[in-house]
Amino acid sequence: MLCEHCGERPAAIHLTQIVNDTVTQQHLCEVCAAEKGVHTEASVAKFPLSDFLASMGEGTAPTAPASRAEACSACGATLQDFQDTGRLGCPECYATFAAHLRTLLRRVHGSSQHVGVAYPGPAALREPEAPAPDLTELREQLQRAVAAENFELAARLRDQIRALE
Amino acid sequence: MTLDFDLLPDGGVSWLDASGPAPHIVLSTRIRLARNLRGVPFTHRADDAERERLLERVLAAARGAPELAGAAVYRVDRLSRLERQLLHERHLVSKELAGLGSRDGVRHGAALLTNGDVGVMINEEDHLRLQVLKSGFAPEPAFADTQRVDRALGASVPFAFHPEFGYLTACPTNAGTGLRASVLIHLPGLVLTKEIAKVLQGLSQVGLTFRGLYGEGSEVVGNFFQLSNQTTLGKSAEELLDHLAKIVRQVIQYEEQAREVLQRDAPTVIADKVWRAYGLLRYARSLSLEEAMNLLSGVRLGVGLNLITDLSVYTLNKLLVFTQPAHLAQRTERTLTDPDLPAVRAGYVRKLLEEDAARRQRSGPSTTEP
Repeated sequence: MLCEHCGERPAAIHLTQIVNDTVTQQHLCEVCAAEKGVHTEASVAKFPLSDFLASMGEGTAPTAPASRAEACSACGATLQDFQDTGRLGCPECYATFAAHLRTLLRRVHGSSQHVGVAYPGPAALREPEAPAPDLTELREQLQRAVAAENFELAARLRDQIRALE
Repeated sequence: MTLDFDLLPDGGVSWLDASGPAPHIVLSTRIRLARNLRGVPFTHRADDAERERLLERVLAAARGAPELAGAAVYRVDRLSRLERQLLHERHLVSKELAGLGSRDGVRHGAALLTNGDVGVMINEEDHLRLQVLKSGFAPEPAFADTQRVDRALGASVPFAFHPEFGYLTACPTNAGTGLRASVLIHLPGLVLTKEIAKVLQGLSQVGLTFRGLYGEGSEVVGNFFQLSNQTTLGKSAEELLDHLAKIVRQVIQYEEQAREVLQRDAPTVIADKVWRAYGLLRYARSLSLEEAMNLLSGVRLGVGLNLITDLSVYTLNKLLVFTQPAHLAQRTERTLTDPDLPAVRAGYVRKLLEEDAARRQRSGPSTTEP
């Protein structure tokens, strides 16, 4: 989404205002938001992608050995392309730019480790019997559910684990 | 190619039927999964031929999947702008797939596969966006349907998956589960009691985000909010969904409490607001889209509070979609910029409200109009 004000930079600040019972939303880039006097500290923390992309531009990314000109061997996309478009070139880019993306994913999602069902590939899915869920994985999910005091989910997971045991 | 909604038994809007749980507050629940094919550049970087091949592969996979048997296929890239907007207004395709709002227009190879409440957008930001849209608050059934389509397609075409990063997506904000669960919810009580800012702020603290009626980048209008999960990685799809469902249940409770407070502390003000909205919709001769949305919000609140009893939630849901510009333009063979659309809108609203009132009065309780 582009900034509503300048129409050039990506909108990073999503401002909700309520005036006379009417909710309005504005989508602004950081520059225009600052010009309009919108305090952006909290908003920027919530939208780490633009933050991260900006920091890449300054060459201050924490894991910086790869040059921004380094290209993905599969599709030819560079980190510069990613910075410009916000999109990667192909699935292989994730391996090429793993170090950079790990940092970014941790900022955006709080983690870079996928949790839950792992895609087994087309052949395994075609087999009539679905592979049993991994017990270790389920136990970890149970621990997290208990820690989060999510007892509904914990009970379901506990039953699943018992059934498998 | 023209758009033939007859291919869809219900016009693709079964989610409007208000049959799901908590229909007066939650309009619909949507689950979408982002998936990409291994070894193919992401859509924005693929050329026309690559996108065409991808489309062929996906259509072949869909033909072999019982979950998608009999699905209608729309080549979105061959539709007129009006028809594309129509699909978007029905929530069947995203703004991006419909090529609305971007200078480049629609992308070659953009297509929609749709079967009941299951849809697959092809050559969207990601190669595939699987989505299920259900009436009311129904996250679990919607997710179960999405999973079936995910498995069926994933058994035929190889999805891009990484053991650490999960399902790989064009934008890293969707990587991992690729799951976006969203609930379209009507919160006039919280807006009128001015509690909404607190609630929205609270949402962002628990990893949820909100958008307007038409998803990313759309305005909040008529007190309709789309609440969805902000992150997609680090938690399983089930955990993300469970979390969202729990929070939405809480928001529904807050909204119900706010409505109770309004009725207790300001019954006349609320009744006046509701009936004024109804009166305007019933008799106005020209309505802008925004005005219609806001008035519909007032009337919807009135139905939720049992102030208006001769109107169904289904009719209100229909009005929300069928008064959008492309729907009115198509119905009356006008263009999207026709200056008469506000008058056409008012006429259509009057007709539906009159029909509903007449039907209700024939079959049952009369209004509680004082």
